[in-house]
Amino acid sequence: MQSETKSRVDQLTSPAGHPVTVLRYEGDIASTSKEAVLGTYQALPKNAVKLILLDFTKVDYINSSGIALVIQLLMEATNAGQKVYAFGLSPHFTKVFTMVGITKYAGLFPGQAEALAAL
Amino acid sequence: MSEKKTTTVEVRLPSRMGFEKVAMSTASAVAKLMGFPDDRVEDLKTAVAEACINAIEHGNRLNEKLSVGVVLSAGADSLEVKVIDDGKGMQKQPSKPDIDRKMHGEEDPRGMGMFLIQALVDEAEWVAGSGGKASYVRLMIRLDKEA
Repeated sequence: MQSETKSRVDQLTSPAGHPVTVLRYEGDIASTSKEAVLGTYQALPKNAVKLILLDFTKVDYINSSGIALVIQLLMEATNAGQKVYAFGLSPHFTKVFTMVGITKYAGLFPGQAEALAAL
Repeated sequence: MSEKKTTTVEVRLPSRMGFEKVAMSTASAVAKLMGFPDDRVEDLKTAVAEACINAIEHGNRLNEKLSVGVVLSAGADSLEVKVIDDGKGMQKQPSKPDIDRKMHGEEDPRGMGMFLIQALVDEAEWVAGSGGKASYVRLMIRLDKEA
């Protein structure tokens, strides 16, 4: 019933010349999304990846279990000395992420261009 | 919709993760018919989804022989949603998640559903059913209230 979460990894360079790893998600982010959210992140080489962007542009539904997976990702990234940012959230989920405090650990941007420009 | 009469819509969901989206869609359709603005419809969808997830996971303990009842009562200026399960009801009131404690592993990353419900609707109450059955959460959003 829950739509499968797809994930894809892109490597970009910010206008300032920093390498940026983009995790692009598609579908629902829920309890069934552990492999797509955490597994994809954990497969990244920790020594080489320092800036991570989470792309939620193609995500329609995020529930509290999905938010918990994002928090787990942020925990692991913080412990590895990585910086995480996110873009593409709807106004509603931007509000929800702000309510639960995620913005303290991950900057939110409307789109990819704005996020890259800030890095 | 009628100015004074209450219109009721009922849905029964299997206790299986993912079916909360059926309740979300139904609540969204009713709220739009009532004239709620898009941002309030989104608030309601998340609150209803989290209430159903709690009912499926904690109330009915994922027992697919049990169903979750969702009763939407549309009044003139408010929409009430009751989400009913066969559990004993919530034993504690929702607390605000502490992101710092979660990030330091001192608090479970999960456990935000009740907080989101309370934060996104105008009223939320958890009622334990008599004899440990038919517990429910009652949500209310009002047409004249901004998010």
